[in-house]
Amino acid sequence: MEHIRTPKVENVRMIDRLNPRRFTLGTLYLSSTHTIFVDNLEARKETWVLHSLVSNVERLPTNPSGSPLIIRCKNFHVYRLLIPQEKDCLDVLASLTRLSRPERYGELFCFSFNPNLDKELREKAWSFIDLKAEYSRMGIPRNLWHLTAANHEYRLCDTYSSELYVPKSASPAVIVGSAKFRSRGRLPVLSYFHRDTSASICRSSQPLSGFSARSSDDEQMLQAIMKSNPVSEFMYVVDTRPKLNAMANRAAGKGYENEDHYTNIKLQFIVADLVSPSMSEFLWGLENSGWLKHVKAVLESGVFIAKAVAEDGVSVLVHCSDGWDRTAQACSVASVLLDPYYRTIKGLMVLIEKDWVSFGHKFSHRYAHLDGDPKEVSPVMDQFLECVWQLRQQFPCAFEFNERFLIQLHTHIYSCHYGNFIGNCQKERKDLKIQDRTHSLWPHLWENRAEYTNPLYRTDHSQTQGVLKPLTTAYCFKFWKGMYSRVEKSMASHQSPADCLNAVREESQQLEEELSSHQERLSQLKKKTLGERKNTNRASEQVCRPIPNKGELGSPLDYFTDLRSETHPPSFTLPLVRLAPPTCGDPDDLSTCSDFESGVADLSSHSSSAGDDAKEPDSDEGVNANA
Amino acid sequence: MELSEHIKTANVENVTLMRPFHPPLKGTLCVTSHHLLFSDRKEDGSRQLLVLLRNIDAIEKSVENLFGYPSYTSKAGPRALGSSGTVTIKCKDLLVLQLEIPGMEECLNIAGSIETLSSLESVTEMYPFFYRPSHRSLQGPWGLSSAEQYYKQRERLWDRWRISNVNSDYSECPSYPRAVIVPREVDDEMLFRSARFRHGGRFPVLSYCHHRNQMVIMRSSQPLTGANRKRCKEDELLLQAVIDGSELGYIIDLRSAQQAQQARMTGGGFESKSCYNHWKRLHRHHERGKVLQESLIRLVEACGDSLHSVDRWLSKLENSKWLSHVHSALSTAGLIAECVERDGHSVLVHGSEGTDSTLLVTSLAQLILDPTSRTVYGFLCLLEREWIQAGHPFQQRCAHSAHSHARLKHECPSFLLLLDCVWQIWRQFPLALEFSEALLLRLTREVYASDYGTFLSNSEQERCALGVKENTHCLFQSLLKPEIEEQYLNPLYECTDLAIWPSVHPQSLQLWTGLFLRWTDHTQNMEEARDEIWNIMKEHRERIGQDKNNHTSSIHCETFTPFENLMDELTIL
Repeated sequence: MEHIRTPKVENVRMIDRLNPRRFTLGTLYLSSTHTIFVDNLEARKETWVLHSLVSNVERLPTNPSGSPLIIRCKNFHVYRLLIPQEKDCLDVLASLTRLSRPERYGELFCFSFNPNLDKELREKAWSFIDLKAEYSRMGIPRNLWHLTAANHEYRLCDTYSSELYVPKSASPAVIVGSAKFRSRGRLPVLSYFHRDTSASICRSSQPLSGFSARSSDDEQMLQAIMKSNPVSEFMYVVDTRPKLNAMANRAAGKGYENEDHYTNIKLQFIVADLVSPSMSEFLWGLENSGWLKHVKAVLESGVFIAKAVAEDGVSVLVHCSDGWDRTAQACSVASVLLDPYYRTIKGLMVLIEKDWVSFGHKFSHRYAHLDGDPKEVSPVMDQFLECVWQLRQQFPCAFEFNERFLIQLHTHIYSCHYGNFIGNCQKERKDLKIQDRTHSLWPHLWENRAEYTNPLYRTDHSQTQGVLKPLTTAYCFKFWKGMYSRVEKSMASHQSPADCLNAVREESQQLEEELSSHQERLSQLKKKTLGERKNTNRASEQVCRPIPNKGELGSPLDYFTDLRSETHPPSFTLPLVRLAPPTCGDPDDLSTCSDFESGVADLSSHSSSAGDDAKEPDSDEGVNANA
Repeated sequence: MELSEHIKTANVENVTLMRPFHPPLKGTLCVTSHHLLFSDRKEDGSRQLLVLLRNIDAIEKSVENLFGYPSYTSKAGPRALGSSGTVTIKCKDLLVLQLEIPGMEECLNIAGSIETLSSLESVTEMYPFFYRPSHRSLQGPWGLSSAEQYYKQRERLWDRWRISNVNSDYSECPSYPRAVIVPREVDDEMLFRSARFRHGGRFPVLSYCHHRNQMVIMRSSQPLTGANRKRCKEDELLLQAVIDGSELGYIIDLRSAQQAQQARMTGGGFESKSCYNHWKRLHRHHERGKVLQESLIRLVEACGDSLHSVDRWLSKLENSKWLSHVHSALSTAGLIAECVERDGHSVLVHGSEGTDSTLLVTSLAQLILDPTSRTVYGFLCLLEREWIQAGHPFQQRCAHSAHSHARLKHECPSFLLLLDCVWQIWRQFPLALEFSEALLLRLTREVYASDYGTFLSNSEQERCALGVKENTHCLFQSLLKPEIEEQYLNPLYECTDLAIWPSVHPQSLQLWTGLFLRWTDHTQNMEEARDEIWNIMKEHRERIGQDKNNHTSSIHCETFTPFENLMDELTIL
């Protein structure tokens, strides 16, 4: 609380994102966890913004109407405020800047979030996802793989979970030896087992091979992994770094497996570049940002692994440098492609819990939960979620969840609302007593799963079954509009076929119920003809399909807002009055322009044509317009 | 010369066909006067391919063993049995086929025949004049709508507007239909004068009258003011009569101000403020003709190469500028609709000739404003009135598509651009249109090569002279047959009376993958998704149906029971 200088500012204008001349007047409140904007209209609509979601706050120069403040969120929401007093604005800016960069874990919202659950329910919520059950669901043969106690109390590797699955043939000495030879002790362990071919996906960090070092334990470990797949004669080692990086790492005593030392391995470099931290960059132009290129690379590495496992029946060991970013991406994308279970709502939760949370993806560093080294920040998980979204675009019927689910996941990875993604590894979470002090996200999402269901999903559909084989041709990659160019509710005018279908589904179900009740009644009526007459109680109300309200179908302001100014309401002030060449689109386009949905950067009309509009052909009219 | 004389080799055996989604297939290739037929001669006839020759845009041949390598040929025998040729056929619907034809002579013959037959220019030799399906007669009605019918159906037009037959012999304006709708107080003499003053005689006529406020959208061609600022009293009066009393109208000029200025040098021009003082002119630049066609060519080329990196694909897509043409068409249409609906003023739209962009934006504006044009029937009527009868020169514009190597003359994909814009609207408002993407795709195919006569010729006058209506079948009539229409319905359609304002933010416009990437692999999953939507809706409807039936039967029961009760009582007594 000590950071809040002005808890309440009145007469604040929230400016419409699409039309800067439209705004709502209201009051701004700052609490220790949220920024709250309550508008003055009758509805008293409230907008809550979690401090931990705020990515940056920017103050523009004060103008006569007040001081503008722009709040940009990590989930790509943008709020533009106009605060009448400059002093208030400075106060809010200072408070928000501090509050959005907590320095200690204790300041995070999840530690104060209390949804009134009793202790028992909270514990049950934390056990909603059980990784042991997941490994047994994969059908791991007990004679080949087993749960090792080697990492009990995080003795071997403090960034792994304490429960690791390793080949049964690997002796404890081999396990310890292999961990010693791997960067940060992240030894090769099982991530996914493919029942159909008994090939597996394992993950690790880079070996500490340098130029010549070798470890017979590590070599035996890989041998054991290969042997645990009885049919195949070799295994792949997939290094997701560019070969140059891997070679450079050798100078630092790290590097990659030497094919001469490890028998029967095939080393494969698949480049999955990590993106530079600044995400706003790609709003400049999708092409320049190269974002889609990175997504494509991640998907391609997943496709390679999935193909090796499912078609060739060859086990794969995946690693990059530390084995917690690119490795997690590659393993989880491959799992989604391989196993239909991970394409369900519950399955995706399990997958994230397994490949990301338990294997020590550094959530707090990567998503800047705490004020820290900006070099550590990187949208690794975003790329994975986007890969899943791209797959959803190619296989609309194969996924149980919809886009909203992915967006919700994305928000919660950044939000620090629940404890799941706090900290950088399991040990840290244990030390923080996350399970006692915070709540779990998964049951919350599970309860609302109706909202996240894809209406086209059917368990018996051909797309649902088997291994997905996506295309990775450039034109298959689209810009995820729902995520990156989110628009506020006021503009959510577009009709959503998925919502409509869901509503229809629901209505059908209701009708079905009604039908069966009628049939019951019919049979009753037929049976006892003497029965007294009952009232027809058919009137179970029908679910309304989301028919848009009046005026909700978009608004025409897009076409010539520029030609109008507020002072001349209906007449289009001719462009001569303006100095800047007008554009057909909304001026706001300039900031967000560059379309990415179809991959086109900046298509708005300020091309050659725009300048022409400013000039009037005959001079006699120019005067007229000026007047 | 008979068509069949162009055919040098009619049949070739052992041809290998390669096409998207199918494994290579061996069979017989056959060229007829209008079709390319491929069959594997299996009983079930399922593996056949029939391509309208008119649909073929470009043909490329590569022959191996042309001359030279005598050692091979001598071994293979005198006729060079080992030689074969590959013919690549690029269709106007963007399909690409490859044929491997044994024998180089046959290959060259086939390629030659296809080349000649696919580029015939005489309308009456085209397939629609020969297409005679057994179940349909030529006597049936031709076309759906006309200016007269439009006028008859809309009572709101009756007091201020009238049908004029001034163009009954196509002498005033060769590209207009016989009947047009004009203001009631303007007589034919004035129309005659106005037509002299407009490019190609296309004087201002009514295109749409808004049901909410009776404001209208007019269209015409540019006025012929010329360098010395000629005036035409009648033309001014005609426009005055359009706004009749209301203080303002808008002229949307589809050229930039500069272009409009330049047009004066060549005899064209624009309505100057001093002469048309109740009209406010706005300029919106639209690309036309060659630029559009080249844009399409670049786009199709970009879509054809699957080996691009993401960056290259994006820059190619951007460089094609196709989506910026979509953007400008939709935003101008939005502007027109906004003038009419929001500001309550009438609008006159013209470019220079008034046969391309003008029609594009007026029809899009109608789609935005008018709920009746969003039904299948209404949309087809709109196309017929605003494109076919309004004199869009289909013959010239759609002679070639994106693959052709022929020198561009009058080709321009205006109609394709319209369909793309409609698709964008459909995508943004998936519940608002009664028809689905399938109808738009069918139209993209039909406009370039068709069994039907609907898109033949350049104007009503030409169609009349060639007897198109008497000798061909009408596409629109056949699309409206219930069993066919069903394929093109949007399962989610929910009629709305509101104007649908499409978003023109660059993020909202997308590449029409259904058309431009139709022959790539990922279409199949989309098909499945579409089927799934259909299934859900069908199930739903059936359930509603069942429920209703059930109701009536349960009501039956209820009416019966009192009688039965009575009977029972009687027996007890």
